[in-house]
Order: sequence, then C-alpha cells, then structure tokens
Amino acid sequence: MDDKTTEIELRLLLEALFQKYCYDFRGYSMASIKRRLFQAREHFDCRTFSQLQDRVLHDPAVLSKLLSFLTVRVSELFRNPAYFLAIREKVIPYLRTYPSIKVWVAGCGAGEEVYSLAILFREEGLENRTMFYGTDISPEALEKAKAGVYKLDRIPLFTENHRQSGGKSSLSDYYSAAYQAAIFDKNLRRRVVFSDHSLATDGVFAEVQFISCRNVLIYFDRELQDRAVGLFKDSLARKGFLGLGFKESLRFNRHADTFTEFARSERIYQKRGDL
Amino acid sequence: MTATQAEAIVIGASAGALEALSILLPALPQDYPLPIMVVVHLSPDRESMLAELLRAKCSLDAREVEDKEPIQGGTIYFAPPDYHLLVEVDKHLSLSIEEPVHHSRPSIDVLFETAADAYGAALIGIVLTGASNDGSQGLKAVVSAGGTALIQRPDLAYIPTMPQAALDACPEAQVMSLEQITAYLQERSTPL
Repeated sequence: MDDKTTEIELRLLLEALFQKYCYDFRGYSMASIKRRLFQAREHFDCRTFSQLQDRVLHDPAVLSKLLSFLTVRVSELFRNPAYFLAIREKVIPYLRTYPSIKVWVAGCGAGEEVYSLAILFREEGLENRTMFYGTDISPEALEKAKAGVYKLDRIPLFTENHRQSGGKSSLSDYYSAAYQAAIFDKNLRRRVVFSDHSLATDGVFAEVQFISCRNVLIYFDRELQDRAVGLFKDSLARKGFLGLGFKESLRFNRHADTFTEFARSERIYQKRGDL
Repeated sequence: MTATQAEAIVIGASAGALEALSILLPALPQDYPLPIMVVVHLSPDRESMLAELLRAKCSLDAREVEDKEPIQGGTIYFAPPDYHLLVEVDKHLSLSIEEPVHHSRPSIDVLFETAADAYGAALIGIVLTGASNDGSQGLKAVVSAGGTALIQRPDLAYIPTMPQAALDACPEAQVMSLEQITAYLQERSTPL
C-alpha cells in the first residue's frame, strides 16, 4: 500500500500538524495512524499526503475534520464491567479513607468513562468529596463529553454493563431519554472538569489518587508510552492507582518498577509507597 | 527468480476456525522458526478460550497479544476479543479499538494490511473458513507487497464464503486443502 515516498510524506504531514497546530502525533503507533490517514486522504479526495498537508496547513476547517480521523476512539459506559467491579470492591475502600479525592480520566474521548466513574462514586457515597478531571486533545470529543448525550440504541448495552459492574441503582436514574438520545443528568457533571490536555506535550496539572487511562496508550509508540506513564507517575499521590485497558500492561514500560500490580486481571496498578 | 525467505505468517478465520486451526497449528514442530499471527472473529463480550484451547494442543507457545509485545519466532499470537491486532514495521504488535471493519473487531484485513506493510515479500497470508468478506482486501495487500497468499479450498471449508471472497479478490492466490497448507507451512520449518 505504500513506498518510501509515501512514508516520507506521511511523516512530513505529522510534522506539519505539530509545527502549525501543536498537535503531536509523531509518537503514535504507525500501523494504526497510517490506516487512519489513508482513510482521511480518501475522504479529502487527495492523491498524496503532500496534497493533504497543503490543505491542512492552509485551512483550519480541514484540521478539525482530520483530527476526528486521528483521534477516533469508541467507548461505552462501564466498558469491561469487571474493571468497574474491581474499582468498587478493591479501590473504593482505599479511597474512602481520604478526606478529598481527585480522579483523572486521561484521554476521556466523549466522556463515557467519566460518567461511569461519576455514577459509581455517587453510588458509593463518595461523589461529594471527589473531583473528576476528564482530559482529551480533541475539542470535538470534549464538546461531546460536556454534552453527555449518547445515542439511545447504546443504552441497553450501557445498562447491562452497569448491572454487571455491581451497580447499586438503575442506570435510568441518571439519564432522560428524548428524540433517540439519552441525556445524562447534569448533576453528574457538578464535580467534573473537562479540559484540553495532551499526554504527548503537556505536563502534570494536579496531584490525583486515581487515574483511568484505558485503551489510549495502545495508540502510542513505546517512547510516547514511557512519557505518558511517567506523567502518571508524577501525578499520582503515594499509593495512588492507575487503571489500564485489559490488554495493556506496564511490562514493556520504562516506569514498570514504579508500580505494583494491584488487581492483576483488571489491570489496576498501584504506585509504590516508598516513592 | 529468487523466492524471498518467509519471515512471518498471518492467518484469518471465522466460523469453523477452531476445527481448522486444530488441524493446522498442532502440526507445527516445537522449533518452528516463524511467528504466526492469527485473527479469529470472536464475540466481543466474552473471554476467549481460543488461545488456551490451542495452547493445550500445540507444541508452540500460543497466547493472546498484549499491546506492544515484540514479535518472536515460534509463537502463535491471537488477537484478543474486541481489539484489532496490528503489526508495526519495527516488528512488534499493537492493538486498537478503532471501529470494526466488515462488522468485525478484530479484523483480518487490518492484521493482513499492516503485516504486509511490515514484512513485504517475506509474509505468508492464509485465509480459512468463514462467513464473511473480511480478509479479501488484506490478502490482496499481502500479494501487492510481494508476499505469498494461500486460501483454503472453498469446497472443503466449513463455510466457503470467506475463502471464496478472498479468491475472487485474489485470483493469484494458491488454493489448498488444510492438509496441503499444513505441509506447506511445515516446509518452512528449516531455520532461517
């Protein structure tokens, strides 16, 4: 599907995005980003990546559409219920001992994970002393996250996930349905800050007790993964928790020694207490 | 014409996969030098027993992939349920939860296209039984990169749709029975 020239053009396009707009995809896993850039190239009807580069450099409207190709992520409420069950049963008792709690969902996309955690913390009676940060690089995703509106046909899946995660109430308590959409309770957002933050270029912004970053690092190459996990290490309080996706691990990461396996099969790690 | 020495194998299968793979994979010897990456269409909401079942039958190590795992010879790598499996040019594996392709995540096309990119002519791509069109584009990519394309004989497959679709897209592929594919792979067992 390519040759040396395509490879060069592709790297130049990523460099252009960084230099002009500060979006840094240069450390992303190539196999995946290449596929998506080919899709974008087709969408914009460009013959080469140089043509696409020309358009994105001169037209910010092309940028925002291109970003939606590059940051595409699909999630669901209470995705992998076993993860949320482990938070409920193993992490929450620990967090309960803190007078105030900060939770960071890094790469929050359209906010599904943030709403899941906000619901879980409400059910566990911790909502009022918790602050949630949901961050992402995509302005479009952050707008969706703030709106908290999901397609109605996804609700049965969300409901089943919530039940399996040990949900103590009915998910329908948290949304109202209208016009093929489910709108989540604005009160759930009372303690939530959605904001722009890049794991590739930005730094630490708060000390937190729990970070959930699932299926985000898979899009990074190993060097960028090292940077992101380093950032998590510096953001976490002593004995703070880091939750990853079910097929992600710190095994290949430079900061592996900083963490211990807390809930092994649910991929929840704990920062060591002596650091 | 000098044939390029094979460096890796990718296999895609759907309905009937377990039976077909149970003939193919256990036949490979313990010192088999090539890595084998496999996508089987699975239900996304369940843990897959596939790697475990085949590990019990195979002399090669068989396991579900973890993100950023380096690729090693003599290992069978399975795409985990609900993740695409991709090969990076520097020969390690990565995962993604991008949209399903042909309604499938994992998708055979995604694995084959990225593996073709990474291995070029040194790749063997194999499409087995299944009721889908997934794998056709991927196998085409394997051929375009100079690699070898094998397809299970549609009339002998548990479900012929997927191998037939691959054959329609890739007429230059070699069509074989499972036994012939097994023998073909065994011949590649001479260490590089």
